[in-house]
Amino acid sequence: MNSYKMMLGAAALAIGSTGAAQAEKLTLYCSAQEDWCQLMANSFQDATGVEVAMTRKSSGETFAQIKAESSNPKGDVWWGGTGDPHLQAAEEGLTAEYISPMRDQLHPWAISQAESAGNKTIGIYSGALGYGFNTELLAANNLPEPTSWADLTKPEFKGHVQMANPNSSGTAYTTLATMMQLFGEDGGFDYMKSLHANINQYTKSGSAPIKAAGRGETTVGIVFMHDAVKQAVAGFPITVVAPAEGTGFEIGSMSIIDGARNMDEAKQFYDWALSADAQNLALRVNAFQVPSNMGAETSDAAPDMSAIKLIDYDFKTYGSSETRKRLLKKWDDDVSTLPQ
Amino acid sequence: MRQLTSERTTHPVLIFWIIVGWAGFLLLPWYGIEDFFTFEWLIDGYPFDEDYAPAGFLIAQGEKLWLAPLIIPLVLSLFALGKPKTHPAFSRFLILAGALGFGWLIIQGFAIGIRGFNADWLRALFGDLDDRQFGMGYGALICAASFLFLFTQGIAARGAINGDVFVVSSIGGIVVIVTAFVFFPIAKMLTAAFITEDGGYSAEVFASKFFDDRLWGLGCLSGARCGVAWNSLFLAVLVGLITTVLGLIFALVVTRSGFRHKRALRALTVLPIITPPFVIGLALILLFGLSGSVTVFFADVIGIQPTRWLYGLPGVLIAQTLAFTPIAFLVLIGVVEGVSPSMEEAAQTLRASKWQVFKTISLPLMRPGLANAFLLGFIESMADFGNPLVLGGNFDVLSTEIFFAIVGAQYDQGKAAVLAMVLLCFTLGAFYAQRFWLGKKSYTTVSGKGDSGVHPQMPRALSIPVLALAMLWAVFTMVVYAMIFYGSVVELWGVNNTLTFKHYVTAFSFRIEEAGIRWSGAAWDSFWTTLKIAATAAPLTAIVGLITAYLLTRQTFAGKNAFEFGTMLSFAIPGTVIGVSYILAFNVPPIEITGTGIILVVSFIFRNMPVGVRAGIASMSQLDKSLDESSLTLGANSWQTFRRIILPLLRPAILAALVYSFVRAMTAISAVIFLVSAEYDMATSYIIGRVENNDYGLAIAYSTTLIFVMLAAVGAMQLIVGRTEIGRRMSQSRTNV
Repeated sequence: MNSYKMMLGAAALAIGSTGAAQAEKLTLYCSAQEDWCQLMANSFQDATGVEVAMTRKSSGETFAQIKAESSNPKGDVWWGGTGDPHLQAAEEGLTAEYISPMRDQLHPWAISQAESAGNKTIGIYSGALGYGFNTELLAANNLPEPTSWADLTKPEFKGHVQMANPNSSGTAYTTLATMMQLFGEDGGFDYMKSLHANINQYTKSGSAPIKAAGRGETTVGIVFMHDAVKQAVAGFPITVVAPAEGTGFEIGSMSIIDGARNMDEAKQFYDWALSADAQNLALRVNAFQVPSNMGAETSDAAPDMSAIKLIDYDFKTYGSSETRKRLLKKWDDDVSTLPQ
Repeated sequence: MRQLTSERTTHPVLIFWIIVGWAGFLLLPWYGIEDFFTFEWLIDGYPFDEDYAPAGFLIAQGEKLWLAPLIIPLVLSLFALGKPKTHPAFSRFLILAGALGFGWLIIQGFAIGIRGFNADWLRALFGDLDDRQFGMGYGALICAASFLFLFTQGIAARGAINGDVFVVSSIGGIVVIVTAFVFFPIAKMLTAAFITEDGGYSAEVFASKFFDDRLWGLGCLSGARCGVAWNSLFLAVLVGLITTVLGLIFALVVTRSGFRHKRALRALTVLPIITPPFVIGLALILLFGLSGSVTVFFADVIGIQPTRWLYGLPGVLIAQTLAFTPIAFLVLIGVVEGVSPSMEEAAQTLRASKWQVFKTISLPLMRPGLANAFLLGFIESMADFGNPLVLGGNFDVLSTEIFFAIVGAQYDQGKAAVLAMVLLCFTLGAFYAQRFWLGKKSYTTVSGKGDSGVHPQMPRALSIPVLALAMLWAVFTMVVYAMIFYGSVVELWGVNNTLTFKHYVTAFSFRIEEAGIRWSGAAWDSFWTTLKIAATAAPLTAIVGLITAYLLTRQTFAGKNAFEFGTMLSFAIPGTVIGVSYILAFNVPPIEITGTGIILVVSFIFRNMPVGVRAGIASMSQLDKSLDESSLTLGANSWQTFRRIILPLLRPAILAALVYSFVRAMTAISAVIFLVSAEYDMATSYIIGRVENNDYGLAIAYSTTLIFVMLAAVGAMQLIVGRTEIGRRMSQSRTNV
């Protein structure tokens, strides 16, 4: 049937004024992979009886949508996706403050993410930055196996490395920020410049480099390690590398949208999504991130976070729009214009 | 069947619209209702409940009193009843009623929103309003339509455009919907170009973004990279030229050669247009990429070092040419068929050689088609988003830059707006260049006079290279599509080549249970939604497009150029911009349709309408005005002329518009990404989700299924619309011209 729903608000008001009984519902904006989103929505529905309408979009697209809808919000909860847009949304007042009773079960990094944003967001999973290489292409080109960030700047890797453009991808911005924190700002930009000489393409989307590596279109792709693991598990000839110098990481986040129409259900979902049971669902859909609940399990195939040298990533500084704009401009002016 | 046009009695059309106006005011719910068509509101407090009440009941209960002034124009319209059309008061009352009603509807809609008054000065003037209103519903919609058409009837009665009610009303209707769904959202979006970081307005911000070196740099002349604007322009010109030439070649082969497998060729040329985005790109990578099968084959056999040549201009060019040649073909086939053989035969009788005939008669007569085909190819390439994304490499173009300015790590809507303006300037430039090239010449060849020639064959010197090129391109297209089909039946494309049907099963499995068929496959939901939306949008697009084309070619009225420009505007703007501007414009009252199927249908209509307009114009400029004139002289009005004379002769254009809009609605992605909602997910956004998730098999299986579905639909449309039979010797004995 061609159902016509022009006004969610009118309906909400109708419930209030007529007192008609109607099922509880929740509009979920999801920025993780499709099947994970689907599973989260269905499981929450089964667990609570709340009817979930889920829309999956990348975190950038969701951010753009929430911002466009801000004068008349349509969504209730935004679950998943890298932390920066969540922090940005918090900074712009698009999301609401909420302190969940589940907090004491979470890893400290998840809580510090919340605290850096005035409790307007919280960490739900994390994943370390790294890279993956195509073993067949590496052998065909007689290249040594890279193990560190420095290896990627060696002259023999010229034209073999792919990363996303930090202007368009949160993953690549994390890479840029990681180098700043690993090598200092000057050293970091020196690294980006020598890396630039070896880059064959700056892709638009963050996970594109490792997909290209999987299909044999580039030798090395700089991405989040869980994305690389996924390619390997899917059957592509990919080896995942945790760089020896240490590396940055992302915190996948969750926020409640300011002015949500179903605030109670949004909080209910928020608490549920932080529980160990909900986070264990990731295992069923080949999501290899590390869950934020200390009691949740991590997949065997996932990168062992304890073996990775993680830097103390400063999300507050590098997630702020001021720092981001400055670094991106510098990268644009000083790095991207260099000849390759 | 003659319509009443008597001077004494009141025109039935007028009575109809007056009744409609009152019905919208007194009977239908004024504000939008979720699930209108379940009609639950009828038993849930209607007509007194505040949410479901018609405007009349609201005012009677002392609610929403700002709607009360609407009663004045509704009453005013009654005064026109019973007056003869020529009476000056007739038109005065109608114009007054229409303008007052429509104007007040708009003013109150924008002044009062979900948080009371929308503007600070209103609050300062009248104090805080303790009330609010939601998006308009069917009551308001129908009332607005009534006011509009009362107004146009008043104008017509004053003698505008020979007092032709149909023409004036069509112009009025199209101006209003184009303003509401094209100008309004785009204006809202483009103002973002002038907004500073702290929310003020400044021309400096615009200038600094506009004169950016990354936009206009000419580095490529000296070995570095060129600005994005130049990249886009260069690519679009190339694609426009190549697709026009290829389209013409196919049109010539199909209409003017002894080639035997014309039907197969026709089907083949249509294939790319019905292919969901990304799929052609992926297939090209698997063929010509660094590890593609063709690349590896040549590396093994000849020992060439594999390179990444595909990524960048070459790859995008190939993919876009594959994708957009069919559009050029669809435009040109109608024109090539329509060129009257009489002139060609006349030239032949005068001893012109086949080559001379082709060069001096046929080709010049095809100019409107060539120009329109180039324009479409140019614009399509400018606005294309999927192919540059997959194959662009470091060759950046405007459309992808716009997308990532909005959704990327920069969150810079202002930059997106500036880039969109640049893109718009290019498309407008192309548009005016095309008009300049066509000039004021006449290309009319189908006239009311007996015309029963047969198209001559192409000259031999032309037919050999044309056939060869067509064959080459056909084979290439077939290889690409074979790859795509192959990709849907192997375990993991390019890695594990075990044959399997599991992707189709995952997507489209169903079980037959007692309660009926249970659609258990993962793709069904988005599949049905897509079909529904596309099937709704296609006929509406064709109607709006062809009426517009009719007005543009057959009528003269003030502001015609601006009118034409407005109808082309939405096409020139990339879908991403449309998507975001639609959210900005239609998420708040007075028109609040985000999250519904309506917004998808509307976006498709206005995005695809220009193709209907172009195809219609190209075909109509060939139909001689004497046809209309004789119909008018014989007493038909302009609606009857349009319906009985023009429409039947326009079948190819109708088909092109229908097919194109249906197919586009099923394969569009960039605008759709922002407009889909949980309830209305579209096939393409689902496919992109699978591609992002590495489920290439499922994505391609879904795409392949869509291709077959669209083929079937296109075939069905061809059957329903039928072919134009321009009575010509040997083709048909029946003559209906």
